[in-house]
Amino acid sequence: MASPLQYKSPTPLSFSSTISSTISSPRSFSCSPRRYKLPSIQSKIREIFMPALSSTMTEGKIVSWVKSEGDLLSKGEPVVVVESDKADMDVETFYGGILAAIVVNEGETAPVGAPVAFLAETEDEIAEAKAKAKAKGQSVVATSEAASPPNVAASPPPSPPPPAAATSGPRKIIATPYAKKLAKQHKVDINKVIGTGAFGRITPEDVEKAAGITPAPSKSIPAANVVAAPTPVAPQKASPTSFPEIPGSTVVPFTTMQAAVSKNMMESLSVPTFRVGYPVSTAALDALYDKVKPKGVTMTALLAKAAAMALAQHPVVNSTCKDGKSFTYNSSVNIAVAVAINGGLITPVLQDADKLDLYLLSQRWKELVDKARAKQLQPHEYNSGTFTLSNLGMFGVDRFDAILPPGQGAIMAVGASKPTVVTDAEGFFSVKNKMLVNVTADHRIIYGADLAAFLQTLSKIVENPESLTM
Amino acid sequence: MHSSSSTSLSLPPTNCSILKRSHKNHVQQISVKPLNVPFCGLRKEVLSFSFSQLKIRCETQRVRSFFRNNIVSASVVDNGSAPTSFDYDLVIIGAGVGGHGAALHAVEKGLKTAIIEGDVIGGTCVNRGCVPSKALLAVSGRMRELKNEHHLKALGLQVSAAGYDRQAVADHANNLASKIRNNLTNSLKALGVDILTGVGTIVGPQRVKYGKVGFSDNEVTARDIIIATGSVPFVPRGIEVDGKTVITSDHALKLEFVPEWIAIVGSGYIGLEFSDVYTALGSEVTFIEALDQLMPGFDPEISKLAQRILVNPRKIDYHTGVFATKITPAKDGKPVVIELTDAKTKELKETLEVDAALIATGRAPFTEGLGLENINVLTQRGFIPIDERMRVLDADGKLVPHLYCIGDANGKMMLAHAASAQGISVVEQVSGRDHVLNHLSIPAACFTHPEISMVGLTEPQAREKAENEGFVISIAKTSFKANTKALAENEGEGLAKLIYRPDNGEILGVHIFGLHAADLIHEASNAMALGTTIQDIKFAVHAHPTLSEVLDELFKSAKVTSHDHHPLSEPVAV
Repeated sequence: MASPLQYKSPTPLSFSSTISSTISSPRSFSCSPRRYKLPSIQSKIREIFMPALSSTMTEGKIVSWVKSEGDLLSKGEPVVVVESDKADMDVETFYGGILAAIVVNEGETAPVGAPVAFLAETEDEIAEAKAKAKAKGQSVVATSEAASPPNVAASPPPSPPPPAAATSGPRKIIATPYAKKLAKQHKVDINKVIGTGAFGRITPEDVEKAAGITPAPSKSIPAANVVAAPTPVAPQKASPTSFPEIPGSTVVPFTTMQAAVSKNMMESLSVPTFRVGYPVSTAALDALYDKVKPKGVTMTALLAKAAAMALAQHPVVNSTCKDGKSFTYNSSVNIAVAVAINGGLITPVLQDADKLDLYLLSQRWKELVDKARAKQLQPHEYNSGTFTLSNLGMFGVDRFDAILPPGQGAIMAVGASKPTVVTDAEGFFSVKNKMLVNVTADHRIIYGADLAAFLQTLSKIVENPESLTM
Repeated sequence: MHSSSSTSLSLPPTNCSILKRSHKNHVQQISVKPLNVPFCGLRKEVLSFSFSQLKIRCETQRVRSFFRNNIVSASVVDNGSAPTSFDYDLVIIGAGVGGHGAALHAVEKGLKTAIIEGDVIGGTCVNRGCVPSKALLAVSGRMRELKNEHHLKALGLQVSAAGYDRQAVADHANNLASKIRNNLTNSLKALGVDILTGVGTIVGPQRVKYGKVGFSDNEVTARDIIIATGSVPFVPRGIEVDGKTVITSDHALKLEFVPEWIAIVGSGYIGLEFSDVYTALGSEVTFIEALDQLMPGFDPEISKLAQRILVNPRKIDYHTGVFATKITPAKDGKPVVIELTDAKTKELKETLEVDAALIATGRAPFTEGLGLENINVLTQRGFIPIDERMRVLDADGKLVPHLYCIGDANGKMMLAHAASAQGISVVEQVSGRDHVLNHLSIPAACFTHPEISMVGLTEPQAREKAENEGFVISIAKTSFKANTKALAENEGEGLAKLIYRPDNGEILGVHIFGLHAADLIHEASNAMALGTTIQDIKFAVHAHPTLSEVLDELFKSAKVTSHDHHPLSEPVAV
């Protein structure tokens, strides 16, 4: 026999287990062969299993037995050469003992996890091992001959193979080569799959359906089937894999702005964020707003100014985490304000919002909004923010939760100011206007106490808004 | 052109004056005076040769005519019906790659040559074989790469869904065939080879007639005749070929449709290459192989590896040890039905229903209508019996003088380049130099992705030979995984295997499976043809980094006990 191709894996793999330990599933077994785990083993007969030599291997073929029955084995010695879907490999034993019985002979195949030989610790146990081999061997041979999905040890599904094998005789099963391959891979009993292909043959799609895999979206499938089929709920990764197609839907590609939003939102998933909410009384702010409104001051400008002033006192909330290892403290407080515009979303930035006075800020804001509508914003006018303000209060939204844009430490979501019943320290009820402010922050740099302190400051500023006009 | 009845020329008297009247001697006589005008008019292609070449050729001709005189005069005695002067020195029946190679070499040797072709110039290889299939395989190779996202990703490439236009692919194959066909035709014409159109039939010794069906036949005489009629796809009994759903390679190369599921009967070169094409274009494939193993012709280790890479991971399944005893084409809304019979028990085993079936069970010699009965030659299963010098043997096992057979028609080695090599060997012989072709040094290749190539003996053959002749063989192997260029291409899958004699360093066989294996084999085949030993070739230098270093490493890893740096004895014919 030619020497096996060793280049795939220069280190021989080791596989065997004690017979008395129950194998929960072949996969878990193949990952971590049990060693001397159970001290109370009565019988010292061990099985040598067909190992999983690659992630795609479902069964292996015995190329040759390096040892023969009756040979004395020592731990770590190569026993058998196994051919997987990729290469031939030496398999060595984990235990010493006597190779009592070979169950799968050279040239035969066995599913991964099935015993291929029995190992006895002493000569006295050889007979017992042989008896076990005989019992096991028949079942192994039976399953492999019937070419039914490998039925390993203690796999939970009942699936009795003999009746299935018996019925497969008269019923004509025609499956395409790839369908058969898939069935084997996903352990689908091909005899139970209903073929929908040409001439009633079983197609790869049929097998995938039987295995609970959503077919590729490119294939047109009858709509009814899709609705009825239980959609497997799997955690969707970054790439949109496959969604059921709903009839009559239209596909509109993203505009450049929408694509940028989408990209930013995906990026935001890599940042660990948390949220802290705070109710703020707005009676004083509302009063101020009424006074300054005629001078062209908007609520947005008031809130931006308030936030900027609070940020100036809490520089950490205005900082950024760029590399996951450090704080980047920004020298200026630039408030980005989220604006819905032309079916998109843009964040014009009020630079140095803490330094500009309320009227200049309001004027600046008007200019930015006009520019945004005309699509004339310069990059530094929408991407230089250090903190974002998002306000849905004008729509009656009482509270919401914002997603932290990449490159910033925190974002503030402002709800509507609503009359709320409150009790004071003496237990008296009163009605006050309150708005809920909810800040989302990057917890790598901004902690709960930081946000609480920041919100307290903000609340004080809003409740005593005189400072805003100064 | 030249007329053979130039008796008016006065020639020096010799004891073989009959032959001296021939065209060849004519040239020889006058070529001593190269300024002779009539000579220039006779053979226009000769004008391109320099005087010194002419002189050398004339000398070889002298030697040759002496050699030939002895044989031919004997044959004249044997058979009175042989012509005494000839229209041509050499007539080749069949303008495939074998005939073309022979014609080119004959012109180089100064022989007046004609080639008879009843179909298209280029034969099977150019029109219905190697050439168009390479076009399809070039497409399949690229498709495979573009569809292999994992592989592309590893290289850092992004390609969105690759698709193909069937008709454009088919056109590419067809255009390539016609381009090569034109090249061949032009090269023959440019060299002054007469192309005689029609089916050639041997009517007697050194006499051939040719003509299109329905037209009157022409008859020519030739000093020597080469049969190079090639082969046609072999279709076993019980298989009904309709050219649409049950097809041979002839039809498949036109790529008129790409079935969803195709059964390929036979897993040799042709079947394997087509499985590569069809799976790349999206078909699923079922192999039907009469022997117990797929790819029976290859070295077992190579075929095992090839199966792992070319069959198992693809949308291919297979039935081995079975004959396709009955194949019915698709009709009346029914699929193609294939009955499989167990090769040993002869019992019906299974019935397959597929969309198409490709019959790739080998090729049968195309030797009917050659008029072999006129010269007492009996074919064996259609093949023309020959000796090691390609000389045709008659029913009694005797040599038929002046008649040779090359290529698929003799069945010795059914490869285009083997036919050409045999043709060159024959031309060497008829121009006076004894030559025996060493078939063991002829390489073969299968153009799958990756490719398979081989030269010489397989390991079991070498072991048998070693046992019979009492020597020891050794095996050396190298992997493409260790080759820089292969890794740069991200194509590290592959193996090169050397079978050699450790005692004297003789190379017995080399088998390669891997990227560009077909191009890599020639270092080994040339070494074998020239009798170069391993201890010599291992000092040859290879550019770095190239795939050729796979062979470099292979030769260097061989362990030869002898340190003799003498080339081996003359290569032995088989």
